[in-house]
Amino acid sequence: MANIITDETIEYVGILAKLELSDQEKEQAKIDMGRMLDYIDKLNELDTSGVEPMSHVFPVQNVFREDVVTNGDGSADTLKNAPEEKDRMFVVPKTFE
Amino acid sequence: MSKEYETVIGLEVHVELAAKTKIFCGCSTAFGGSPNAHTCPVCTGMPGSLPVLNKKVLEYAVAVGLAANCEITRYCKFDRKNYFYPDNPQNYQISQLYLPICRNGWVEIDTPDGPKKVGIHEIHMEEDAGKLIHDEWEDCTLVDYNRSGVPLIEIVSEPDMRSADEVIAYLEKLRLIIQYLGASDCKLQEGSMRADVNLSVREKGSEQLGTRTEMKNLNSFRAIARAIEGEKNRQIDLLEAGESVVQETRRWDDGKETSYAMRSKEDAQDYRYFPDPDLPPVSISEEFLEEIRARQPEFRTEKRKRYKEEFDIPDYDIEIITGSKHMADLFEATVALGAQPKKVSNWLMVETLRILKEQELDPEDIRFSPENLAKLIALTESRAINSTVAKEVFEVMFRENVDPERYVEEKGLKMVSDEGALRKTVEEVIAANPQSVQDYRNGKEKAIGFLVGQTMKAMKGKADPGSVNKLLKELL
Repeated sequence: MANIITDETIEYVGILAKLELSDQEKEQAKIDMGRMLDYIDKLNELDTSGVEPMSHVFPVQNVFREDVVTNGDGSADTLKNAPEEKDRMFVVPKTFE
Repeated sequence: MSKEYETVIGLEVHVELAAKTKIFCGCSTAFGGSPNAHTCPVCTGMPGSLPVLNKKVLEYAVAVGLAANCEITRYCKFDRKNYFYPDNPQNYQISQLYLPICRNGWVEIDTPDGPKKVGIHEIHMEEDAGKLIHDEWEDCTLVDYNRSGVPLIEIVSEPDMRSADEVIAYLEKLRLIIQYLGASDCKLQEGSMRADVNLSVREKGSEQLGTRTEMKNLNSFRAIARAIEGEKNRQIDLLEAGESVVQETRRWDDGKETSYAMRSKEDAQDYRYFPDPDLPPVSISEEFLEEIRARQPEFRTEKRKRYKEEFDIPDYDIEIITGSKHMADLFEATVALGAQPKKVSNWLMVETLRILKEQELDPEDIRFSPENLAKLIALTESRAINSTVAKEVFEVMFRENVDPERYVEEKGLKMVSDEGALRKTVEEVIAANPQSVQDYRNGKEKAIGFLVGQTMKAMKGKADPGSVNKLLKELL
């Protein structure tokens, strides 16, 4: 494996992804991520200079909607996704800001 | 302080656009809906939902860009900015990183040293996040996604400002441009305009930029000015003490007049932007640009000039009236209805501003119509009501936008123009106040004032004091 993931990197990625990993999981994740980066290195061997990066598969552009309200009260459906609900709102752990 | 420092400030300004619906779905953007009422699978990031761009948002963004002398990106795209936070259910914000809609613009501000250009680095379109409400009782946070997906533009300036005054002037300028376009009401207190301040200090004369901090949570012009002053001093103190400024995001606490660094764990960011595959690119045609250009309103600078040429009103009035799009519209519409410009301006400058100040309202909150203001002016001009009554009627009109003609009629406030009735009252007053009559006849001119007052009282204010005066003199 050419790419070695350090402890600091796995720690940082964990913070970004809001994941808490056990030591064993961290070791496994380091190996997995190293392999992924090796694969990207492989892809990078291909010369793509002069090739426009493709962000969309279909040659479609300018898809718009008019500024007209089409949706009614969606709270009942939306709140079905709330593990916990209070005053028609989602309850989440105490959050800064 | 041994050295002289210069403050370098750049701004990131978020503006909520006045579209009726969200940026990518048909949910309402109306303020104050019951929690989560204005939500759907798109603005809550449900898998498989498909965002579609609101055309009005693009029009507003381009209009603001043109007004701020920007280059419009003819082929632009949306990108996903990835982060995890409870206000953002889809775990990414749709924004623009690589190809923002506008670039390289400028606006001109007035400074004590003359006009100055502040560069606009870019303007991009993006969606707002939901609102977090802290629950004091349960020590948890509640989330309302009504604001999730509300259309925003973010206006990123160049680091061209050097003082709090310049920052305020720049924000005022943006606010006026955007209000004139009708693209937003730009109220800092209500969050429809929000500014983050990037600030660094450097030794005067240095070309190199110092390390900057970003200050958030600034919701009034006063808070912005105080935060700039506070942060400038904090950074200078650090440098003077031989320490260095740490690049970080700080949160301003206006109550305590101090800022604190947000913990690095919360601040950790690696947004891993990538193009949003759900939203096809936007290609802007020359026709589209022409259409927007043709619709651009007359902005303040031009309006000021035109007022000076067209209306015989003081420069100060012009400054105040054109300082609010709503007030300028009201002024022009009332004049167009035939009212004399100077009279219209007087009502706006004196009574209107007084009530706005008393009730801590903005000119944008004025609710009475130009028709009613024109009618009120006509009533005073034709001497149907006197000025005291007019002020009373105005207060009611300001509050309830009543039709002054009807109100005056219904309340019986019209001046008594019936010469006979007036004469009768005057005669009665003369008969009832022999002492004052005697004083007047003995040369005490002032005594007539008392008699005028007595007559006005007897007429319940519905007489023209000038006519009363004249009649009294005649009869005495």
